[in-house]
Amino acid sequence: MVVFLPYVWLMLFFVVPFVIVLKISFADVDLAIPPYTPLMQWTENNVLAIKLNFNNYEFLFTDKLYLNAFLNSIKVAFISTLLCLLVGYPMAYGIARAKPSTRNVLLLLVILPFWTSLLLRVYAWIGLLKANGVINNVLISLGIIHDPLTMLYTPFAMYVGIVYSYLPFLILPLYANLEKMDWTLLEAAEDLGCRPWQAFYKITLPLSRNGILAGSMLVFIPAVGEFVIPALLGGPNALMIGRILWDEFFSNRAWPVASAVAILLLILLVPFMMWYQSIQARESAGAR
Amino acid sequence: MATPADSALKAVPAAKATPWTDPNARAYLHIDHVTKSFGDFKAVDDVSLKVYKGEIFCLLGASGCGKTTLLRMLGGFETPSSGRIFIDGEDMTGVPPYERPVNMMFQSYALFPHMNVEQNVAFGLKQDRVPKAEIKERVATMLDLVKLGAFGKRKPHQLSGGQRQRVALARSLVKRPKLLLLDEPLAALDKKLREHTQFELISLQDQLGVTFVVVTHDQEEAMTLASRIGVMNQGEIVQAGTPSEIYEFPSSKFVADFIGSVNIFEGKLVEDEPEYVRIACPELGGTIYVSHGISAAPEATVWAAVRPEKVFMSTAAPQGADNVARGAVQDIAYLGDLSIYLVKLPTGKVVRVTQPNTSRHAEAITWDQQVYLSWDATSPVVVTR
Repeated sequence: MVVFLPYVWLMLFFVVPFVIVLKISFADVDLAIPPYTPLMQWTENNVLAIKLNFNNYEFLFTDKLYLNAFLNSIKVAFISTLLCLLVGYPMAYGIARAKPSTRNVLLLLVILPFWTSLLLRVYAWIGLLKANGVINNVLISLGIIHDPLTMLYTPFAMYVGIVYSYLPFLILPLYANLEKMDWTLLEAAEDLGCRPWQAFYKITLPLSRNGILAGSMLVFIPAVGEFVIPALLGGPNALMIGRILWDEFFSNRAWPVASAVAILLLILLVPFMMWYQSIQARESAGAR
Repeated sequence: MATPADSALKAVPAAKATPWTDPNARAYLHIDHVTKSFGDFKAVDDVSLKVYKGEIFCLLGASGCGKTTLLRMLGGFETPSSGRIFIDGEDMTGVPPYERPVNMMFQSYALFPHMNVEQNVAFGLKQDRVPKAEIKERVATMLDLVKLGAFGKRKPHQLSGGQRQRVALARSLVKRPKLLLLDEPLAALDKKLREHTQFELISLQDQLGVTFVVVTHDQEEAMTLASRIGVMNQGEIVQAGTPSEIYEFPSSKFVADFIGSVNIFEGKLVEDEPEYVRIACPELGGTIYVSHGISAAPEATVWAAVRPEKVFMSTAAPQGADNVARGAVQDIAYLGDLSIYLVKLPTGKVVRVTQPNTSRHAEAITWDQQVYLSWDATSPVVVTR
């Protein structure tokens, strides 16, 4: 029963919705409620006709908009992941090397933002980045700049928002990995002639590989489909697949196309999720 | 090369030519008034020490005595608060680990888990940009020397504890350091393997001629390995000397008690002559006669230390009035090769006696039996602190 329950949960809230979305992706737009044609229909002579409409998928590959949005999403997710690594690795390393008492405080600070809604935090960034926002006001009052910088509704603002929101997902698995490191290995490396940075490059970095990959996947996978942050901070030019999905669904009421986009996005991300799973399996098996 | 003349010399310790008795010998490692403080705590307190080329010097002490801190200062992982460290005449005090001609074998071995045995051993040579062909040759020679020639491609987690220990040894020796530091090198091995490895270490050191400084808490290990032992207590070296010097001529109660087991009798100096002393010892219920003079104030409180194997036990009263006590056997531990007897004197003092079991059918002394204890006048060591 206890084992069974999660499967019921997965069935109800994951598999069934997925099948529905899959079904809609093969339908055609219709002026009806819901706004798409049924998949199966009884015709004359008691024939059950199943109509699979592949036009939606074909449309996605013919209209450059969707392909560009996919590519752009991958690019944004990739750059965000790199930025998260650049910011998050030193943080995770610092926490792992801190005294155990300090460590808990630092970890708490990493998790703290989760206590507020993501939406609120993204709105807070608007307040910080806008033309007469906190950052511009401070810079102007200090006399460093005279005219406000345009930060909001730029790729810069979007990357700030994504890195800020996803950083904990990178730091936590990386920290869990680094925390298990035997630091005498670094002393051994130095003893054998490594300068500290060489020891980091030759010992710490390869040994934290699984942590780096796991954290990166946790940032990359959701960032590809990210909708809220590009929409609020990135401005009209931020062409992300999550945003296309939203527009198709709510603005154009093109449910079948939107569903096809969703299915393709899923197919795109499955290999990354499987990779993440295999890293996790390796990590818990303890093999390097 | 051991010649008959050499072995004849070895039989007489006083006449043996040893660098530490030669005032002109040049110290290979010179620790000069080194102190290391952590806050108010002095982990190492004004230690001075000279170690000579080719020695195996053991720093022996209980945990927290400062021996590991001292070793880490030799490796460059800690900087002395004051004092200087010279290796082969060069001041190494502030030199970082990666620039010292010194290698360390860590207690945990610290093998790199993502590299195989060959890569681990080659690591230090690669770091020094030794030509590839030479690296290959030196690694292979080293692995053969530690009998791991067939294990080069294995990862550390595929090796046994003893094999890992040998990889760590090979890795720290392959760079031909002037000084090899070993932190509890055998602590992680089981007893049988440990004994075997002790002798391997000695023969390896003999072949390579590298000077070893070993940290250990295991006195048996220190006795087996060391050319000399430095006994440490509370950050200080309380006595340094050959294993037999430390055992037979401890300079203090602490050393006598720390190395091996010992019976210590507190007493007062009643006769203090150049050739002998006599100590009145209430604990013993008699007097202790020692056949050599000591330097102490008359009437001073002194301690006579007698090793358990130097105490004779008999059922018949021995001759003479000195160095004799009578008591009841309280406990017996039969260890096969020898037996340990705990004899309780009327004063309440318990004396430890060991006797080799030389005969298979000896008339056994049993529990609660009254026995006489005695020892030679040369056996007690008198210490004043």
